This record gives sequence, structure tokens and C-alpha cells, in this order.
Amino acid sequence: MHNELEDFAQIETATDKERVTEPLSTPVQRTPLQETWRRLRRDKFTLLGAAWLIFVAGVSLLAPALAPYDPLEINLRARLLPVGTPAHVLGTDDLGRDILSRLIWGGRISLLVGFTAVLFAMTVGTFIGLLTGFYGGKLDTIVMRLIDILMAFPAILLAIAIVAALGPGLEHAMLAVAIVGIPYYTRIVRSSILSLREREYIIAAQALGSNDWRMIAAHLFPNSLPPLIIAATLDVGWMIMFAAGLSFLGLGAQPPAAEWGIMLSEGHKFIRQAPHASIIPGLAIFLVVLSLNLLGDGLRDALDPRLRR
Amino acid sequence: MTGYIIRRILALFPVLLGVSFLVFLILHLAPGDPALIILGPKANATSLAQLRHDLGLDQPFLVQYFRWLGRVLQGDWGRSIQLKREVLPLVLLRFQATAYLTLFSALLAILFGIPAGIISATRQYSLLDRISMVGIMMGFSMPVFWLGIILQIVFSVYLGVLPVSGMQSPNGEGFLDLLKHMILPSLALSTGAAVIIARMTRSSMLEVLQQDYIRTARAKGQIERLVIYRHALQNALIPVVTVIGLQVGYLLGGDILVEIVFSWPGIGLLMMNGIMARDFPLVQGAILMVASSYVVINLIVDILYSYLDPRIRYQ
Repeated sequence: MHNELEDFAQIETATDKERVTEPLSTPVQRTPLQETWRRLRRDKFTLLGAAWLIFVAGVSLLAPALAPYDPLEINLRARLLPVGTPAHVLGTDDLGRDILSRLIWGGRISLLVGFTAVLFAMTVGTFIGLLTGFYGGKLDTIVMRLIDILMAFPAILLAIAIVAALGPGLEHAMLAVAIVGIPYYTRIVRSSILSLREREYIIAAQALGSNDWRMIAAHLFPNSLPPLIIAATLDVGWMIMFAAGLSFLGLGAQPPAAEWGIMLSEGHKFIRQAPHASIIPGLAIFLVVLSLNLLGDGLRDALDPRLRR
Repeated sequence: MTGYIIRRILALFPVLLGVSFLVFLILHLAPGDPALIILGPKANATSLAQLRHDLGLDQPFLVQYFRWLGRVLQGDWGRSIQLKREVLPLVLLRFQATAYLTLFSALLAILFGIPAGIISATRQYSLLDRISMVGIMMGFSMPVFWLGIILQIVFSVYLGVLPVSGMQSPNGEGFLDLLKHMILPSLALSTGAAVIIARMTRSSMLEVLQQDYIRTARAKGQIERLVIYRHALQNALIPVVTVIGLQVGYLLGGDILVEIVFSWPGIGLLMMNGIMARDFPLVQGAILMVASSYVVINLIVDILYSYLDPRIRYQ
């Protein structure tokens, strides 16, 4: 009881102070976008994630200028050099290739795979989700049963099965990872649409005679975007990790490509002589995925503060 | 309860049928003629045509599928091209090794995940909570195959306390030897699951701790430990069970990567060798085995869930 009174007194004091210092202030009107940006800016971890991602993207883009060596250049006289060697800051791998150069070039592939796979999965998944959610009926039942079957597989197993059928390679791995991601987006969009359909403004738009496409494109799709953006941000990291896993298994990008999963797999053969050859590429994957997860979490909190816990 | 279980088991069949169809379809679409793979590049056209006819490859797709399904149900999963052995006994033998690893990892994930979640929730915003939240985020972002390699480097290469790979020492026998080999792969595999279980336990506990009946229990003067473990935890664990079930599926998937890192002789390693050798009957059998066990695990979780939360049964 005593504490409650104290709290109450503090609230009173704070309110009084505000009255004194800002007597005529009116609440600041912000658009939802401004409000989201304001919340994002205050979250240090999110900013850190975003900064790291921008750094990696920048370095990857400038790879031809920044990489000290050709990532595929073999030098058998400089095999497995340790970290800190003057000419090779991050050392070399079993074929004497410069790890830093391969790391810089590898960022291109990983980011490209992550973003392309998510874009593909999101586009197809959203399209199916919009249609099934809006029209319902038999189409919805059939598609959802198919999705149930796709989801009855552990994700990586399904991707492995697809690559096993198509044959190993970066494009096939990217496609497999994207296909596995489709059900995730379909479910998110479909459930958004199902709840939006009952809202009054949607019923009003329907009463005003909006046709189906207008309803979907102008009202339902834009309003189902926030959960989709959050899911996609978190998913890019997951897909990068997933595609690197396929490369590690020998199903994704193929040697001698400079790709983080391949570097890890090649380095793994020499963990006794040169542990850095597998630690460094793994660390690169980990940091990019971590930064995407931090960004995704921050976005979720900024777009929907009710979810913050 | 019995009615619910029967309904759930009956609902399992269409899913298993769909899974088997997808497995067959994917590998049916694979380029390359199985007859050519079996007979080799020197085979002549007549013997190829004869083998295609014997294998039923000249039949329409659906006929091929139902014949294959019929054989699978009778225990004939085909013959491995590379290993020249029946697929089913091979797959069952290797699945045993995978099951050890998966179950031990699930156990580790539960043993680490649930207490971490409880501690985090009961001391929200404390230093311990913050450390565990950072740990959760890091564990969530860590590629399982990289974590495996790091553990190998630290515990096998530098400290030399645990074996670097395999399931048995050349002259070692017994449970202790198996356990020593299982620790590192299970630690690598369980981390991802443990952090998700911890995260779920934390948020579920935080929600339950805000409920009226918890306040009532505290108002009655109940000891805090009893409030948490007797009143809150029981209800908080219900959604955690579902997450644990989902994680067992995740473990089955991640297991493939861990088996490659640690040369664990499970079904993942068998499958990958099959893929590299384009041994499709073997790959098909391995995928079917993992996918169906995933479906069955999900069924068990659903039933367990309904046992814990009676509301589910009546919906």
C-alpha cells in the first residue's frame, strides 16, 4: 500500500513537471512510418545489426576493389598459413588461397542467395496466400492440404530431396531453399487475410462495389505487409544459413567457388593443422545471420509493440 | 480421449500418403535413367529396355507409384545400387544411430532450455535474464555445422578430452564409449532446440505469472518457489510441449548436417552417400524413413498435448 502511494505521488509529480515545462504542448502527430523509424532508432541492437549488414553488403559489392587477391588463385607454396601472416591477414587455405579474399567474395553469394530465395518464396507464397485467403472454398482446402504435406517434412530434408533430384549446384540449392520457404509465407498471408476480411473497412469497400482485384491489391495486400516484412527479415538469415548448409553438404555452390559453406567444408578437413580455415567462414555466416535476426526482432518490436516481451 | 486419439491416427494416413507421393514424385523427376545407372554406360539397348520393363519404368507414372507404394507397405523398399543390399534393413539399422543422437539431443535441449527459460522469466530484466537472452539470440543464429566444428576444435583437437568423430572407438565397447562419442554431436545439435525451448518457456512463464490465480496464490502467502513450480510451471509448460515436439523434427533435419561433421553413422550420412552415388532407391528409402518418423513424432506430440490440455480434445 505504501509503495502504491509513493508511486502515485511520483506520477503526480511527473505530471506537474510536464505541466510546468510544456504548458501548451500538443501531442506530436507522427505517421506510422515515422513512429516505426523513431522506435527503430532507439534500439541499439537493431542499429548494430543494420550497421553490420550494411558493412557486409558494401564490402561484398566492392569485392573486386577490396579483395587483396584473386579468390581462386592457388599458391601451393603458401598453404595453410595462420592468421596474422603479413601478406595474408586471415591466413590461407589448403590450396594457398587467401582466406580474406575468399571471404569478401563469398559474401556476395551468401547475401544474393538469402535475398533472392526469400524474394522468390515470399512472392509465390504471398500470391497463393492472397488467393486462398480471399476465395476460400475448395481451392483453399486443396492448397492447404498440399501445404500440410510440404510441412510434414523437416525443411532441410525437403531441400535435400529437391537438390538430389535436380542435381547439386548453387541455382538448384537456391530454388530448393526457396520452395521450402513458400508454405511459411502462404500461411502468414492467408491468416492475415482471414482476419482482415472481417474488418469493417473491408466490408465497406465491398459494399461500395470494389472488384476482387482492387480489394486484394488496394486493401488486403498492403495491410498484410507488416507481418510479412518481419517474417522475411528473419527468414533471410535462416535461408543464408540453410544455403550454406547445403553447400557444406556438397549440394549447393560447387568448388572452387568462394562461398562460405564450401570454405567451411574445405577447412573442416584441416581442423588440426589450420582451425582458422573453418572458424573464419563460419563466423562470417554467424555474424550475418545474427545481424539479420537482431534487425528482424527490432522491426517486429517497432512495427507491433504489443509483441514486445 | 480414445476417440480423439483414433481420429488423429486416422488423419495420419492421408498425410503419410501425401509424403510418400511427394518422395516418389521428386525422385521420379530426377534426370538420369535408373536402368542405365544399374547396368552402367556399356549396356546395350536391348538389355536396357528389358530392365526398364522388369522394373516397371515403362508404365504410366501413377501405376509406377502405386506399385512402389504396394511394395513399400509389404516391406520391399528396393535394393541399393551402390551397396548391393536391401534398403529397408540398411535404413532401419542406420536410423537406430540417428535415433540415439536425436533423443539424447532432445534430452539435453529440454534439460538446458526449460530451466534457462524459468530463470529468465522469474528474474525478468536481471543480469541473468539479459545474459540468457543474448545467449538465446546467439544460439539461434549459429549454424549447427559450424558449432559442431568449433566443439571438435576445442574439445578434441586442443583439449583432447572427447573423440573427434564416429560412434565407437576401434577397441572401445559399451555404453560409456557410445556416450563419449555422443556428447559433442548432441551438444551441437541440441543448442538450436534448447534456445527455442528457453525462449518459449520464458514467454509462456511471463504470461502465466501475470494471471489472477498466481496473484491469489501469492496473496495467500504461498512460498514463491511453490507458486512458480506448482502453480505457474504446470500451465506454462503446455505450449512448451508443442515447441519440444516441433524441435524433435528440427533435430531430425539438423541431424543430417551434424552426422556429416562428426561422421556419425546415421541415416543422414547414408542419405548423403546415396545422393553422391545417385543411388536413388537408397535415397528414397532414407527420405521416406525420416519424413514418416517426423509425421509420427508430430502425432505423438499432438496426443501428449491433448492429454496435458483437455480443451484441445473438445475443439
